[in-house]
Amino acid sequence: MTEHLVLRVVAKLLLPLILLFSLYVQFHGDFGPGGGFQAGVIFAAGFILYALIFGVRQGRRVLPGWLTHSLVAVGLLIYAGTGLATMALGGNFLDYNVLAHDPAHGQELGIMLIEFGVGITVSNAMIIIIYMFAGRGEHDGEPDRE
Amino acid sequence: MLGGLYSFVSAGLFVVMNAVDVAFTEAAVGAGISTVLMLSTLALTSRRSRRSFRTRALPLLVVFITGATLIYGTLDMPYYGSPAAPANHHVAPRYLRESVPRTGVPNVVTSVLASYRGYDTLGETTVVFTAVVGVMVLLGVRRRRPNRPRDGEDGA
Repeated sequence: MTEHLVLRVVAKLLLPLILLFSLYVQFHGDFGPGGGFQAGVIFAAGFILYALIFGVRQGRRVLPGWLTHSLVAVGLLIYAGTGLATMALGGNFLDYNVLAHDPAHGQELGIMLIEFGVGITVSNAMIIIIYMFAGRGEHDGEPDRE
Repeated sequence: MLGGLYSFVSAGLFVVMNAVDVAFTEAAVGAGISTVLMLSTLALTSRRSRRSFRTRALPLLVVFITGATLIYGTLDMPYYGSPAAPANHHVAPRYLRESVPRTGVPNVVTSVLASYRGYDTLGETTVVFTAVVGVMVLLGVRRRRPNRPRDGEDGA
């Protein structure tokens, strides 16, 4: 693993920038272009770049399977939970007006929450799919042996 | 490779047409992730395909008819940016006028996506979730111990 020195150094430099940019897209999506879907795929692209260069095994060590698998569901639950929370507060399903005293503030809060949920689900979904496709070929340890 | 290039070019096209949100997604998913996915799928499967079609005329005919139908379908479409287009005068003016005071979110795309079409987006997220579950079921199951299968599940 000592080859690809340039790739590894460049990837290490780029990775924090990609992740930071994805967070910017996520939380600035109200004002500029972007939102949960876009931020999710950019975030996933960062980890996919990492796995491409350092190997899926190393990628799984950084972001273990149990974490991504549960986060996919957590993102969807955040979304649906926001809807249920608005119902509990007396509105319709996904009616954000009731989340705060001012309807516009409630809308902003609700949109931010569900975009966050979308971002979590999409990013982890992409990471899982790529890791599974790319990690299928290489034997990662004992459990996959027939 | 060509698919990745095509996605990148169409991402540029979306930017030109002021659909920056779509361009974002296209550049990241189309050019980046799906190219990686394609390559890793190629690495999994065999490189050569079997010749299955005896004649090439039938596939060519099918492709030609489908393409002709699609092009015929676009003939009725209004011109891009035409004010008479249905997309520009059904609910769009209302979104543009009212979404900022009602939701407090300056990006109309976000407010339509997340607030006016909240159910839609919930459904889309569910689709993504379902896709992942499908991939996990197909590819990701780790067999416990193949030589000692449990009662309920067997590794076929």
